[in-house]
Amino acid sequence: MYEISLLTVMCFSVIFALSLNLITGFCGQISLGHAAFYGIGAYTAALFTTDGGSFWLALPLAMAVAGFFGFIVGFASLRVRHDFLAITTMGVGFLFTGFVRQQEFLGGEEGIAGIPDPGIGQIPYMLLCAVLAAAVIAFSLYVKRSWMGHAFDAIATDEDTARTLGIDVARYKLTAFVFGTALAGLAGALFAHYVKFVEVESFDFIESISVLAMVIVGGIGSVWGVVVAAAFLSVMPLLLQVFADFKLLFYGVLLFAVMYFAPGGIDSLMRMLWRRISGRRTAG
Amino acid sequence: MDALLSITGVTVRFGGVDALTEVGFEVPEGALLGLIGPNGAGKTTMLRAVTGMVRPQAGSIVLDGAEISRLPTHRRVGLGLGLSQQIVRPFAGMTAVENVALAAGYAKTADPLRALAAASRQAERERALALLDLVGIADAAESLPAELPLGYLKRVEVARALALDPKVLLLDEPLAGLNTNEASRLADTVVDLNRQGTTVVLIEHNLSEVMRVCRHLVVLDNGRKIGDGDPAEVMADPAVRDAYLGAGSEGSGEARDAAA
Repeated sequence: MYEISLLTVMCFSVIFALSLNLITGFCGQISLGHAAFYGIGAYTAALFTTDGGSFWLALPLAMAVAGFFGFIVGFASLRVRHDFLAITTMGVGFLFTGFVRQQEFLGGEEGIAGIPDPGIGQIPYMLLCAVLAAAVIAFSLYVKRSWMGHAFDAIATDEDTARTLGIDVARYKLTAFVFGTALAGLAGALFAHYVKFVEVESFDFIESISVLAMVIVGGIGSVWGVVVAAAFLSVMPLLLQVFADFKLLFYGVLLFAVMYFAPGGIDSLMRMLWRRISGRRTAG
Repeated sequence: MDALLSITGVTVRFGGVDALTEVGFEVPEGALLGLIGPNGAGKTTMLRAVTGMVRPQAGSIVLDGAEISRLPTHRRVGLGLGLSQQIVRPFAGMTAVENVALAAGYAKTADPLRALAAASRQAERERALALLDLVGIADAAESLPAELPLGYLKRVEVARALALDPKVLLLDEPLAGLNTNEASRLADTVVDLNRQGTTVVLIEHNLSEVMRVCRHLVVLDNGRKIGDGDPAEVMADPAVRDAYLGAGSEGSGEARDAAA
């Protein structure tokens, strides 16, 4: 059923967007190559299950492998900041696609086809994605409330001052990268077993920009804003062919509009709206 | 008295400029030491070298028996340094009480996984409120930094340093931007803290407050130490008088404090 498909896409897109929100939103480390980790998760899971491995083991395996590479890339964030980190992570994204294209065992340009069905049926698969998305939402909300979220906040605002309060900035950044990339790997594994076919174009620069757009449109660091933006933006290309054809153009216009009119994204728009409504109610 | 903080031969060069040349002094446990000197003498650079925000080319810094000059800033803070910076750097998205509570949670934030395991901020908030009250700005607890005047932000900065329960409290011009009443009140608070056992290093342009509260002075000029000892004796030294009157910064510093 078409609606089930849309919901499934929404759910793993929410996981993917929240995974970047952990790194960029919570900890303030920009990444323009996040699709690489989505890809690492997808390829890891695809290789594992096409080779006869269990789908249920493929999920944690994809998280572990993506998180491992995230840990390594995280070291870049210890050396460079801001725009330099943006360029570095963009390079990581290109490195991933360039590497995959050259590798026979990853299917090269052709990709990996014939990924086995998890064998649980379409609706249970959607429900599985929904449960995992709910768990990632709950985890994000908890992190934000915890002392880790408090420290992330400080690092995102001013990491030099965070150091003078005894915060080990390097370890926090690495933790953000490991958590964020492992969850991207989970989303990638769910994606691979939904489409049953992975190719390198699904994880290129455009995909990295798309997920960054979900975070920015939702409101950097806002859990619910990012959930709404990811749910909406992920199914737009499926609902409207014109959106799919001009995806980059739409994202460009959308990013420009958000940055210009509402830098806080959906999150701040909703808050503004809520203030107006409750203001009118008390006035009336 | 044993030295709690012992600085020996610290040299810092920025490009071709010698910011500090073989400066050394001792901060005994329980001291309230004033680090003074004309503008550009190297006072702030000295504090930044102690906290690790500047890496000295040479020298040794020993805190409570541990050599800290090669450690990153957060480790030095963990070992007992607390810094209140001259240029206030509050976290803009956090209220005054949240700024201080973050510092008060240092035991929880020291390790990311321990930080993840803890969510309650109640105890730290209460401690933060008590510290804001101590520095006289309890009324600003729920305000964001953008809503507060400089005199308040300076005290948020001091409260944040105090929240770290430091063995040595480093204060870089905490009184600048405060009016005369606020300045003498905050200076009294510093004296109280010192009486209760906190060792304090105070950089201050407000010489009248320095002479009033400090029992020991170290004077820097042009990156070199030119005085070290009892305040009255140090200020009587012709070399110190020369540095001050020659640079004419005592007047400008006082004038600025009076204007603020």
